[in-house]
Amino acid sequence: MNGPPDMKIVGTLSNLPTSAIGSRHLVWWGNVGFMLIEGTGFALAAAAYLYLMTQAPAWPPKGDALPGLLWSGIFTALLLISEIPALWVLRCARAEKVGGVRWGTLVLTLFGIALLVPRGFEFAHLGVPWHQDAYGSVIWLLLVLHTTHVVTELGESAVQTVWLFTHQIGDDQFSDVEDNSNYWTFVVLAWLPIYALIYWAPRAV
Amino acid sequence: MRRVPILLAALLLGGCDGIQSVMSPAGDGAAALHDLLLLSVAVCGAIYLLVMGGLGWSLWRRRAETVSEPASEEPALDRSLWVAAAVILAGLTILIIGSFLADQALFATRGSEALQLRVTGHQYWWRIEYRDPATGRWIETANELHLPQGRTARVALGSADVIHSFWVPNVAGKIDMVPGRRNLIDLTPRRLGWFRGQCSEYCGTQHAHMAFDVKVDSPAVFDAWLMAQARPANAVAGPVAARGASVFAGPCAACHAVRGTGAGGRAGPDLTHFASRRSIAAGTLPMTRGNVQAWITQPQALKPGVPMPAVPLSPQDADAVAHYLATLR
Amino acid sequence: MTPDPRLEEEISRTWRDPPGLWGFIATVDHKRIAARYIVTALLLMFLAGMLAIDMRWQLTVPENTRMTPQLYNESFSLHGSTMLYLVSVPVMEAMAFWLVPLMLGARNMAFPRLGAFSYWLYLGGVLTLWIAHAMDITPDLGWFEYPPLAGPAYSPGHRADIWAQMITFTEVAALCASVNVAATILKMRPPGMTLARMPVFLWAMLIASIMTILSMPAIMLVTSMLIADRMVSTHFFSPGAGGDVILFQHLFWFFGHPEVYIIFIPATGFVSSIVETFSRRRLFGHSVLVLSIISIGALAFGLWVHHMFAVGLPRLGNDFYTAASMAIALPAGLQIFCWIATMWSGRPRFDTPMLWVIAFVLTFVIGGLSGIMTASAALDLQLTDTYFIVAHFHYVLVGGALFPLFGAFCYWYPKATGRMMSERWGKIALVGIVGGFNLGFFPMHLLGLMGMPRRVYTYPTGMGWDTLNQIATAGSVISVLGGLVFVANALLSYWRGAPSGADPWQGSTLEWASASPAPPWNFDYTPVVHSLTPMWDESRPLPVMDGLANDHREVLITSVTDAAPLYRQKSASPSIWPIVAALAVTIMFIASIFTPWAVPLGSVLIGAALTGWFWPPRPRAKQGPLGTGA
Repeated sequence: MNGPPDMKIVGTLSNLPTSAIGSRHLVWWGNVGFMLIEGTGFALAAAAYLYLMTQAPAWPPKGDALPGLLWSGIFTALLLISEIPALWVLRCARAEKVGGVRWGTLVLTLFGIALLVPRGFEFAHLGVPWHQDAYGSVIWLLLVLHTTHVVTELGESAVQTVWLFTHQIGDDQFSDVEDNSNYWTFVVLAWLPIYALIYWAPRAV
Repeated sequence: MRRVPILLAALLLGGCDGIQSVMSPAGDGAAALHDLLLLSVAVCGAIYLLVMGGLGWSLWRRRAETVSEPASEEPALDRSLWVAAAVILAGLTILIIGSFLADQALFATRGSEALQLRVTGHQYWWRIEYRDPATGRWIETANELHLPQGRTARVALGSADVIHSFWVPNVAGKIDMVPGRRNLIDLTPRRLGWFRGQCSEYCGTQHAHMAFDVKVDSPAVFDAWLMAQARPANAVAGPVAARGASVFAGPCAACHAVRGTGAGGRAGPDLTHFASRRSIAAGTLPMTRGNVQAWITQPQALKPGVPMPAVPLSPQDADAVAHYLATLR
Repeated sequence: MTPDPRLEEEISRTWRDPPGLWGFIATVDHKRIAARYIVTALLLMFLAGMLAIDMRWQLTVPENTRMTPQLYNESFSLHGSTMLYLVSVPVMEAMAFWLVPLMLGARNMAFPRLGAFSYWLYLGGVLTLWIAHAMDITPDLGWFEYPPLAGPAYSPGHRADIWAQMITFTEVAALCASVNVAATILKMRPPGMTLARMPVFLWAMLIASIMTILSMPAIMLVTSMLIADRMVSTHFFSPGAGGDVILFQHLFWFFGHPEVYIIFIPATGFVSSIVETFSRRRLFGHSVLVLSIISIGALAFGLWVHHMFAVGLPRLGNDFYTAASMAIALPAGLQIFCWIATMWSGRPRFDTPMLWVIAFVLTFVIGGLSGIMTASAALDLQLTDTYFIVAHFHYVLVGGALFPLFGAFCYWYPKATGRMMSERWGKIALVGIVGGFNLGFFPMHLLGLMGMPRRVYTYPTGMGWDTLNQIATAGSVISVLGGLVFVANALLSYWRGAPSGADPWQGSTLEWASASPAPPWNFDYTPVVHSLTPMWDESRPLPVMDGLANDHREVLITSVTDAAPLYRQKSASPSIWPIVAALAVTIMFIASIFTPWAVPLGSVLIGAALTGWFWPPRPRAKQGPLGTGA
């Protein structure tokens, strides 16, 4: 009653490894948790877009220009291509290849920087400012949310790149590279429905 | 001594029969909902007694010795779980059916002809307009709603600024007044008399003082009232009233309309037949000469935050305006 | 097995916090973080209670001029916002932080620094709201500020922005806490604690965390949209420009309804634990309880429109939401049955925690039933936005969440402090709180039915509402006095309570296997679990495994379904980065009330803080293009 109960040792955990990969790893689940949060946020923003669209007599409203397809097309193509190094770096992480994760993460970072260029032009060619009407507000909302996504991922890749090149890489860091690659894939996938909503829904309605 | 419980009941429940009560239905909608209320209280009350009984029995009965197998090995409990589920489902089914039927009742008059009204919510007053069935013109008044007994009035609700809610509990449930949206409510009053409605969606500083009087009259009396409301204002009679009218034409006319004069402001309530109403400032104060004068000179003191500014008037001018308003029957 | 003093010495050196202020700021001990959450939340509960008494006093007589309408409107806004965003959800998170590792036989949470960060950010939200109040820019539009009233046209100034940003603080903190709790429960269970052997308390915390993850983004999104409408002239909620004020309500209540179940479900965890221990019999209907919690969690996302029955939405939708809102009574009712059945089949002991559970059943069921009444879209047209609904939500929140919380506080107080609270004063406090609450709030059902709307700073004479309002005030005052006795009991028992020992109540779950109070590392060894009630199993001594390192911080990671040991994860040590990152976020959030440029600039600051946080402490590379070449 006074102290903790009497215990007897029936086994040992000392033989267990000190790291794991993929969904066995604890931080993988944290990453998934945050992707779930952000994915829900995107889904709700998309729902808000659809709600406003179904309420409106015309979409885009009369007098509003359609968003340009050129720069968003370039962005989308570049983003899809960037999935190749993302998957490659994932394989390197799982195979624990030091050189592969270093150069792969650098490539991702460069892609991230490059993507900001067409994204900047996209904003300039959305056709309607955010303060004109609800249509303008919601397409800017979706594009701003996704851009935040891209910028965050660029930041993470850049920091990781610097660290990977300057330090000795251990099991936990291979897991970090894996998580970063998964997050990059999430950024790519999340763009596709948002792209459809901003650029194609007004043309389909 | 026997009077004490009666007094207590009167004190506690004095509002039950009130002019703003859910429990004293005077219209079809409120009656249907009152029936649903009684059904719900009965079903929920029964469930509560069952739960309390179960809890009381469980605590009172104490096992003599400790039992070590898990409680799920008790078949009596397992069977009772199913019974409990069945009782809950039965209760919910009764209430869902009751709710569906009440909902049907609320919309029963939608297909039929009705007197058309428009009520628009403002911070913190009510613009009330009647469509004259004969001419199709809209007759405007404010803050006091008259309804003919036994006939359906279909009110189109809107808002000029923020979300308000239109609620006359004795007659019907509430519906929000949402800017950018038009909601409809059918009111079919059955009992003559005065009732009270109040805004039921927080709309700003003076939400608490945004109310309106409701008068249910026989159709003949109602028709006469509506005809009187349709007429322009009485001609100004007497020097004091004339002075009041000329003072009014300055600051007051910017926001208030008095049909038949030059005053045509729309920011505040229509005052054409102001003196025929029972209360002022959207149900805030009774219609008395003193209240009217106080309101004119210091609205912010009586209803702080109301959009009506305090216009500086000399005591004679204020008196004259109050005198003038009293002629606007 | 005799305790090994060298082991104790080594493990203590590894896990104890640095002394003094540095240790206070840098700690990642989940128990210390939870304790500061709970103390902060209880202090705010007291402040919210004072606001409530102020409002009740104002409503004691009709046409009372004691409070100006502005002050009253600020009071109900601050009271509601504080209780819902700053007390109810955070205190449930705190109980999870505190108890989950203990009930899992684990040494810390999955992400210790994230836990510390959650608290500092929560504190930022608290200070945002209450410093604003001290500066007289209190939000004054209620705890859900509907546009257009909350929009730029009708609420100039910064009050509404303060409200919206306070929410952003607390929601980010809650989201981080939820990911932490969920990951801990999924991946850090002891060997043998399969999902089937996981106590109901842990299921409750897991479901509440997942619900938080899926619902909080809605309020973050909608408050950001409101700030955007106010600050950069977007038109999400402007009807004249294609926007819709009802969009706000949909997004808000998509969060708002799950929110109240996020508050209630952890309370069902407390009740389950207390009922089991104090009935001295294993919980009846474990699977039913777990399935009920899961179905309540899922159903909660399909009910939000019942907060909008008076808006004038299509009737078919209203019918659906009526049925769904009533349907949630089934799992809730079955939970109550299971708890009562446990008591029936056991030998109940009437110590204070059990009395709180009884008070919970008596009170919460009233709230649940008034909820069934408001679930009817038709009847709700009479009940919503009146004092009936004020009565309903206080009954479910106070009866359904706070009473179990007080019971949980008394139940686990010995584990946290090593002392027992006074039973006598505990019972006195209970009678005051519960009796006062019911006296205070039951009359409000009647007031609503008599036509009294909510959020009114006064009411006319002659409505027949006077006496019931006075009774409501009296009850509220009694309840607060009971609350003061409760707090006094908690404080005095800390120094003068009887020593409790490790397991004063003969509890069934693993937290009772640690010492009282638990040391920073909670357990010397990792328990092995063979049933739902490991502390009641026949096998004594308790089976444990050794092998976790004691010279550096390490926790055990197991598999999600079977809790099979997978690997040993390094666990974070005390760190300055959580508070630094929280400060960076705070600066960005507060500055963005005043200028949109705060967002990009603040992000740079936050990026720097996060870089420091996640920078792995590994040796410099020798090879590669940037290697030292040594």
